[in-house]
Amino acid sequence: MNWKFQDNRPIYAQIVEEIQRRILSGAYAVGASLPSVRLLAVEANVNPNTMQKALAELENQGLLHTQRTSGRTVTTDERLIMDLKERIASGYIEQFFEGMKSLGIERDVATKMLMERKNGSVQEKATSVAVGVGTKEVG
Amino acid sequence: MSPVLQAQGLTKQYGGLVALNGMNISLEPGRIVGLLGPNGSGKTTFIKIAAGLLAPTAGQVQIGGMEPGPGTKQIVSYLPDRTYFDGWMKVRECVEMFADFYTDFNRNKAYDMLQSLGIDANKRFKTLSKGTQEKVQLAMVMSRSAQLYLLDEPIGGVDPAARDYILETIIRNYNEQGTVIISTHLIYDIERVLDDVIFLMNGFVERFTSVDQIREQSGKSVDEVFREAFRC
Repeated sequence: MNWKFQDNRPIYAQIVEEIQRRILSGAYAVGASLPSVRLLAVEANVNPNTMQKALAELENQGLLHTQRTSGRTVTTDERLIMDLKERIASGYIEQFFEGMKSLGIERDVATKMLMERKNGSVQEKATSVAVGVGTKEVG
Repeated sequence: MSPVLQAQGLTKQYGGLVALNGMNISLEPGRIVGLLGPNGSGKTTFIKIAAGLLAPTAGQVQIGGMEPGPGTKQIVSYLPDRTYFDGWMKVRECVEMFADFYTDFNRNKAYDMLQSLGIDANKRFKTLSKGTQEKVQLAMVMSRSAQLYLLDEPIGGVDPAARDYILETIIRNYNEQGTVIISTHLIYDIERVLDDVIFLMNGFVERFTSVDQIREQSGKSVDEVFREAFRC
């Protein structure tokens, strides 16, 4: 698995997000044990202390547990995982609205476009709505 | 925790030239620290003093509570900024030389590393390319289990693929009580393996902070912040 980091944010924060994604996607299954800090650090090509810091943060969030015998494991609390999924999903939705807003498309119109898209109607129609609204807003 | 390395008012003058100008620093165990600064900022001078090759003009540095000398050579693993093996030596003989000199040297680790770097231990040092020579030396230095690793420009002469391997080697091989100091100006390449960075400017510490803190406060990479701090 490949780890990619952005330049402008702390690396540990990005590791936290990446491991969250892996838990949500099932790459790290519920209750499964994680590789050691050192191994994860080598895999991500980051400093072991940074990896340690990220794992400690995930433990704080309750997503990881330290077991005396089996190292770190993913939580078996599925509700916690569902909550996280919802939180991240709503983040994506906000991102979508923000992107649309930067084009001058308000929430309700954006939602409508999304619904149309979901229902499989032609893209042209959606575009014409958007352009219409955009022009009005600017004027 | 007592610091691995502590420098107070460390000063080095070469005639009229001031290379280090009252440098203060205290490094904890278990950290990977980037020593960053433009050319001529005193990086190599600092490392040479810590390695016991140069005496300071004023001030002092202590490693594990000792002044640099025979006592610290056993706990400091130093990678110089140029090669020091004799050209006629075979790589295998370099390994044996290190094994003779240092009790904390792990021969198997060295051969493993040479093998994964694709280096033939029966070749003579002078027949290797510059980058490969650097790799051999780094393999030697990282095969010791020292308390302080002083790496002067470990990635300067090697290709990007080998750079990744070398960084991985550093992460994999330094022990948790050990501290690694890496001097370089190739910040972008090593940023993610560093805990802390020292910005050295005209022989003193311009800042000493963690990589995460720089990113958190500025929203920029250390590389960018460095370029701004040292803009010509």
